[in-house]
Amino acid sequence: MSELSVNHLLGIKYLTKEDIELIFETADQFKEVINRPIKKVPSLRDITIANLFFENSTRTKLSFELAEKRLSADVINFSASQSSVKKGETLIDTVNNILSMKVDMVVMRHPNPGAGVFLSKHVNASIVNAGDGAHEHPTQALLDSYSIRERLGSVKGKNVVIVGDILHSRVALSNIYALQLQGANVMVCGPKTLLPKYIKELGVKVETNLKKALEWCDVANMLRVQNERMDISYFPSTREYTQQFGVNKELLDSIDKDIVIMHPGPINRGVEITSDVADSKQAIILNQVENGVAVRMAVIYLLASKIKQ
Amino acid sequence: MSQKVLLNSKEVNIILHRLACQLIENHDDFSETVLIGLQPRGKFLADRLAQMLASDYKIKNIQLGHLDITFFRDDFRRGDKPLEANTTIIDFIVEDKNVVFIDDVLYTGRSIRSALTAIQSFGRPKNVELLTLIDRRFSRHLPIQPNYKGRQVDAIDNQKVKVNWVENEGEDSVYLIDK
Repeated sequence: MSELSVNHLLGIKYLTKEDIELIFETADQFKEVINRPIKKVPSLRDITIANLFFENSTRTKLSFELAEKRLSADVINFSASQSSVKKGETLIDTVNNILSMKVDMVVMRHPNPGAGVFLSKHVNASIVNAGDGAHEHPTQALLDSYSIRERLGSVKGKNVVIVGDILHSRVALSNIYALQLQGANVMVCGPKTLLPKYIKELGVKVETNLKKALEWCDVANMLRVQNERMDISYFPSTREYTQQFGVNKELLDSIDKDIVIMHPGPINRGVEITSDVADSKQAIILNQVENGVAVRMAVIYLLASKIKQ
Repeated sequence: MSQKVLLNSKEVNIILHRLACQLIENHDDFSETVLIGLQPRGKFLADRLAQMLASDYKIKNIQLGHLDITFFRDDFRRGDKPLEANTTIIDFIVEDKNVVFIDDVLYTGRSIRSALTAIQSFGRPKNVELLTLIDRRFSRHLPIQPNYKGRQVDAIDNQKVKVNWVENEGEDSVYLIDK
């Protein structure tokens, strides 16, 4: 197969196993490209991409922008905080105005779940979801799986635990879909208040004891507590959260195997993960960031190849 | 669909030896030369020539790479089929080297144009030469000619020249196929 089954990347939910394989095989080639002395290819020189960020982002925005530039696309950036959204413009109007400037692809982050799907039905451009509220963050899940594949050879059959604030995490949901599609076993671990009520419906194991979860897994993906999405208190104190759900060196040493530690960033050092773990050889956090560029190049390249001239 | 044999295994072998000797004539001990097989099909010819130079002509330390030109092609989004990427393996810098591009068939010249752009990512070569097993003359879209050629073929546009290798098709042969 050499073509994606979709015209937009709205979520992992809409992808097939073959799509993920194609993205990874293409990302392998782009990873080689970004390690060359000259890291740029001219493939997308007639494509214009708008990065619309209605919510704050450092890593994802930079990673997308770099991926687009490495592919020679023309890039325009937009942040909601400096835009007419503040003056009351609707999402469709904002995007259609941008598209009138002959834009082919939109990379969007938005606080509302489903914003990407909504947009894909109303505007004529290829949409890449860079995170929609607590719904999905497909490129993060793809780069996480890609990093597991790189470190452990494959994702199939591996035990992966996602630890932390599952309730507010789009990374968790996209990861669950992506890992299951590739045949991994998935567990979620966190305080009961931060686990969605019907999480078991997704076919994942649930554990509230971090040590037991770590003993079971090959890979632990540590998530950040998303304080900005919490309108009420979900646990008594940060200190208590750290004691029960933070990974530290002693805890890892007490387990009889080398677990791969991942984190989508930004890290709250000393809360979900201590510095000595984050900077250890077991952690592939910076590999995730590097792979993020290659995976996003692959996604953009494959979607752009479906845009008709 | 009819097909005609252009070269059989024995003829391919004779031509490979001639091409190897021509390379030696111009590149001496290959210390300043790198061979680059163009993906996907040029790599078989490049691998075979490198192997022949090493075993039959005792040339040591040949630098051999494979270059994928997919991301540098000028027909992205123009064909019906999406372009599929292959692996690039070039673990050396081509700065100030004599680069020899190796491909099985030279047709429009567009792949070579892409390769000329792609190789720049690995440095500025001293010069670039082109070696092809088959040269389909009179069908060029660009002013590109081979420095070393196995056999010249006159074929019309609805014909295809197919090169087979033991490594991928089980035999060394070249066919002219009417589509």
